Amino acid sequence: MRQGQDAMDDATNASSIPVMMDDRDGSSDDVIEDRVQQEYQWGWSTEIEADLAPKGLNENIVRFISEKKGEPEFMLQWRLKAYRHWLTMREPSWANVKYPPIDYQDAYYYAAPKKKAELQSLDEVDPELIRTFDKLGIPLEEQKVLAGVAVDAVFDSVSVATTFKSKLAEMGVVFGSFSEAVHNHPDLIRKYLGTVVPYTDNFFAALNSAVFSDGSFCYVPKGVRCPMELSTYFRINAQNTGQFERTLIVADEGAYVSYLEGCTAPMRDENQLHAAVVELVAMDNAEIKYSTVQNWYPGDKDGKGGIYNFVTKRGACRGVNSKISWTQVETGSAITWKYPGCILQGDNSVGEFYSVALTNNWQQADTGTKMIHLGKNTRSTIVSKGISAGQGQNTYRGLVQMMKGATNARNFTQCDSMLIGDKCGAHTFPYIEVRNSTAQAEHEASTSKIGEDQIFYCKQRGIGLEDAVSMIVNGFCKEVFRELPMEFAVEAQKLLGVSLEGSVG
Amino acid sequence: MLEIRDLHATVEGKEILRGIDLAVKVGEVHAIMGPNGSGKSTLAQVLAGHPAYVVTKGEVLYQGKNLLELQPEERAQRGIFLAFQYPVEIPGVSNSYFLKAALNAVRKAQGLEELDAIDFLELVKDKVKLVELPEALLHRPVNEGFSGGEKKRNEIFQLAVLEPRLAILDETDSGLDIDALRIVSQGVNRLRRPGNSVLVVTHYQRLLNYIVPDCVHVLVNGRIVRSGSKELALELEEKGYDGIADEGDETVAEAAQGEARVV
Repeated sequence: MRQGQDAMDDATNASSIPVMMDDRDGSSDDVIEDRVQQEYQWGWSTEIEADLAPKGLNENIVRFISEKKGEPEFMLQWRLKAYRHWLTMREPSWANVKYPPIDYQDAYYYAAPKKKAELQSLDEVDPELIRTFDKLGIPLEEQKVLAGVAVDAVFDSVSVATTFKSKLAEMGVVFGSFSEAVHNHPDLIRKYLGTVVPYTDNFFAALNSAVFSDGSFCYVPKGVRCPMELSTYFRINAQNTGQFERTLIVADEGAYVSYLEGCTAPMRDENQLHAAVVELVAMDNAEIKYSTVQNWYPGDKDGKGGIYNFVTKRGACRGVNSKISWTQVETGSAITWKYPGCILQGDNSVGEFYSVALTNNWQQADTGTKMIHLGKNTRSTIVSKGISAGQGQNTYRGLVQMMKGATNARNFTQCDSMLIGDKCGAHTFPYIEVRNSTAQAEHEASTSKIGEDQIFYCKQRGIGLEDAVSMIVNGFCKEVFRELPMEFAVEAQKLLGVSLEGSVG
Repeated sequence: MLEIRDLHATVEGKEILRGIDLAVKVGEVHAIMGPNGSGKSTLAQVLAGHPAYVVTKGEVLYQGKNLLELQPEERAQRGIFLAFQYPVEIPGVSNSYFLKAALNAVRKAQGLEELDAIDFLELVKDKVKLVELPEALLHRPVNEGFSGGEKKRNEIFQLAVLEPRLAILDETDSGLDIDALRIVSQGVNRLRRPGNSVLVVTHYQRLLNYIVPDCVHVLVNGRIVRSGSKELALELEEKGYDGIADEGDETVAEAAQGEARVV
């Protein structure tokens, strides 16, 4: 198998299909712009003293992070190898995004809220922090029991509260912060860390491997069906702190887990780098469903500030009949560079990717997926919905590879773009490589502008412009939203600035 | 209810309506008939407020107020309903969700309480029978994959739920077979109330056998060239639009010739 980086590099020569819109009726445009230019609601900063590493990046910083976390030697060595490899790499430039050069020496690589010894209950958590989560609408307390969700809340890179661990532990499910897992389950970490996304994979993955501060770990043992949706809310807080999360989820034979990841971030003047790595491993007959709602600060309406979200997410369907499903709703970040993929190694394994990516103002998204078919009868489905508004640039980049052994492999790709306004762009870069004559790949793509006739039809029925736009955009995304767990689907629709759709009928 | 005075309107810079005068009283049903391209649908779209049509002269009073300064949704909220000649598809949005949003938007604007899901379903169940629309269509995306007849019946179904004061039917009969025509007409007739008015835009007389108008107007080349009772429709059927035009005064004949050139 080839490394993803190379595959994407190869593909940079492919032609782009930029689409620009015609002039539209002025009054509609104004209201649509109002709608898409809503101020970021979660822009505030919590005052908690951060425990900072000195600015910059060198071996000492890597050692500092590892020491701060009290890591075993093997972790330090792995980080150092990653760091040394990173030094030999160049930042990728093939993505269809533009940003000023990043000075990696002008950032902090470790910041943690100061922690009181061990926390026994939520009462011991900094009340300011709890208020932060409340503002975000994250019910960390009893509501989550009712909702059937256990939360591992990540605040500035360190887990501060973990709930329901005991209930999960009864079933043998390990779920908690990555740091904890390093201490309590070093064997599992050693066995799986870096096996899906090796530190050599790409520039940002190497950086993450060297300096990642924390993240989540989940292991679902053989035959266990995880009884609740596991969820983690990430939050970037300290100024100028690059956020390097690392998530590893392993579903052993016959296991099932659904994992939710949701994000909001406070308003910032300077761009913040976020380079996370997520690795998923599904063994024989196992299934992992991974859902993301990403709402990081996108920058203001002039394109100032905003998060750079350069993320490597990949799942390995190692076992026969295994399944990994990615669902993402990306509405935030100034720049999104993200290709959650599946390596379909086990025979009959299934990979899915459902995506909604919204860009407005000056946001840029270059996102898609990679489906690497290795095993026999492997199947993959890709449904991508891109919405561009304002000056937003939305790129779908997808790779479907059918390798020699992928007898009877199947892929179906559907890639739709919707344009709102006349200054945005939608681009599609599908790469398909088939090396087995029995394999089949299908690709469908469409680009539409939000229809004036649709809007008029809604208005003629008494529905105002804002609601009409919301309704039409929501309808456009429905195929993806219905893949999300219910509570996430609601949040996703809110994030698109629209009311709930489809509860009746 | 509705008073149109010397209405002129253009689309893409081309003048389509050239001075329409028309008054519809409360409780009346008026039919607008005319050949293709005469401006019938334009009149319907102008009344509903389609942004592509520009009113260049004249005025329209609805319930005594200036209709033209209202946004399309405000017109709808005040009881104007247009049954579209070509109903629009909205992928991914279920028919019932759409209609509930519409009904509640109208109710809210009228100061009425919004209906919850249960009350709405109750209401819809009755109305859906009125137009003999399969209930399954409620749960499908708006008009997507509907047959031509289903789309038209869906318009009348929406009409039934929204209960407008002024219903404008834009060639609702086109593309309907005789059974569908009967169903649609029945639906409209059952909604006729002393307080409501209907404007039926049609090419053919046959719809008027079912929805019997109080008044018939013949629109040719952007002007109303004749108005009369329901018998005028029968006369039209017999003689054709040219025949009517020939009998009219010079202007009418000119208008008809102008029409012929346009076509």
